[in-house]
Amino acid sequence: MKLLLGGIALTVGFAAVPLVIGRDDLLNLGVQIFLAVALAQSWNLLGGYAGQITLGHAAFFGLGALVTRILWVRGTPLLLALLAGALMATLLGLIIGGPAFRLRGAYFAIGTLGLAEILRITVGNLLPEISTIPARSLATYNLVPRYYLMLALAVLCVAVVAVLVRSRVGLGMRAVREDEAAAEASGVGAFRHKLLALAVSTSLAGLAGGAFAYYHVSYYHQHTFSPVWTFDAVLIAFIGGVGTIHGPVLGALFYVILKETLAVQLVEFHLLIFGTLFVLVVLLLPGGLVEGWARARHLFSRR
Amino acid sequence: MILTQQLILGVLVGGLYGLAAAGLSLTFGVLRVLNVAHGELLMLGGYGTFWLFALWGVDPFLSLLGVGPALFVLGIVLYWALFQFVVKAHEEIRIKNSLLIGFGLTLVFHTLAIRLWTADERSVTTEYAGTVLKIGVFSVPLVRLASLVLAFALLAALHLFLAKARWGRAIRATAEDWEASALMGVPVGRTYLLAFALGTALAGIAGGLVSVSYSISPSIGIEWTLKALIVVVLSGLGSLFGSFAGGILLGLAEAASVVVLGGPYREVVGLVLFLIILVARPQGLFGGRG
Repeated sequence: MKLLLGGIALTVGFAAVPLVIGRDDLLNLGVQIFLAVALAQSWNLLGGYAGQITLGHAAFFGLGALVTRILWVRGTPLLLALLAGALMATLLGLIIGGPAFRLRGAYFAIGTLGLAEILRITVGNLLPEISTIPARSLATYNLVPRYYLMLALAVLCVAVVAVLVRSRVGLGMRAVREDEAAAEASGVGAFRHKLLALAVSTSLAGLAGGAFAYYHVSYYHQHTFSPVWTFDAVLIAFIGGVGTIHGPVLGALFYVILKETLAVQLVEFHLLIFGTLFVLVVLLLPGGLVEGWARARHLFSRR
Repeated sequence: MILTQQLILGVLVGGLYGLAAAGLSLTFGVLRVLNVAHGELLMLGGYGTFWLFALWGVDPFLSLLGVGPALFVLGIVLYWALFQFVVKAHEEIRIKNSLLIGFGLTLVFHTLAIRLWTADERSVTTEYAGTVLKIGVFSVPLVRLASLVLAFALLAALHLFLAKARWGRAIRATAEDWEASALMGVPVGRTYLLAFALGTALAGIAGGLVSVSYSISPSIGIEWTLKALIVVVLSGLGSLFGSFAGGILLGLAEAASVVVLGGPYREVVGLVLFLIILVARPQGLFGGRG
């Protein structure tokens, strides 16, 4: 309940930003935060709740971006283009789901990384030109609707994952994560649950890619398939608190704000800090910031 | 004609793939730890060789005598600081956590390398770098041939060590069954440390050789991690010569793809091969264990 209220307050606060101060740099910062929330939360469903660590999230983000961008630039209504992108990403997820889930643990992670790299290289070879918004849209480019679209996307991702993991199916996913054999023995179909987590996770990632394609003025198609998107999602989810709803949101806020603060003087430096933090979290604090907060509170409440 | 020339080059680069994979396969096979920062360690070795040459003119092949031990020490530090905590966990968690830690290390080393040495591509160009051996109509770059021979010799020496030496046998026993080995009086912790450091040193030496014949930059880490993973999946764990053969197989497959599909798809071939084998044999070609 407290989390729900916090989420609503945060959303309302962010929604008010363009009305109060419409500065472009703040709006762009907001867009980055929302995109990070969407990426990390969609990864969190599959990697955190269903326990299937994937390093191929960029494949679905990239495919969503590619499809949406091409359709939208050619005149398809935005909403349709976004849906098509998400659908294609889900389809790819379902196609690879069958063979991929035969792989366990590390093989699943590196297998999906391999898949994303294949797509990245192939897209880079087939579509080497830079993709720019056509001149007619560029003249009327407005950041505010893009800000709200990204905000809606972030809220949608959090809401979908929150509702799903609290349902019976979500319980099944967590059971599969904890012990696949025991889950199977209790009548929870492991494959079914993993595939559902993958389908929802990839459709959200595809949607996020589509929103990025609508937001960004010009980029190379290859860029949206870059492993960087996967890395961001994994770092944020883990540092925030993997397998929790508010973890990725906190992680995204922390990550993007620190990244932007550091970027003023030290480009790329944030990866050094977050890489180190990530290693520390994996070793010492598997619940991330969320667990750290809970532990700190526990420590003080005892006194 | 072109195909044969490409295949020759494929064998030459394949030897380095094999050397890179041998280190990964050693740590994975013995510690059941999948260090995805392996390519970054290779990158560091490459920079070691490069700077020894650029600053003091040290011959790159000679510098391996320094780079290998330096990376061995780095391996000890990494094991002591990070991986010793991972190996205490149960197998599945062990692989998962080592993968995540390797992932974090990858980011750290990659960013550090960019900060320290910029993102430029570098390579060691010695006086004899351009020397080419002519065999009929085909040409064989001498440095690459020397690297191949050296890689093979190194793996042969390591093989002898694993087969005969006391510590080598300890490594093999621990890989087989660490609990039984511990009961037989093998100091498992120190054996793990040794195997991990050896794997790191192999990565460093491979990196030194890469900087001589090809080029290095901070971003080669991920590429080489993937190459090593592909080879490990191709050839399975447990045999150094298997890794060497797998590396050459990958080099040949890439060379053939360059001729048939064109240069840009060179990197895709290995990955496709990798996915097919992973899916066709989900338990891995990694032997029957685990």
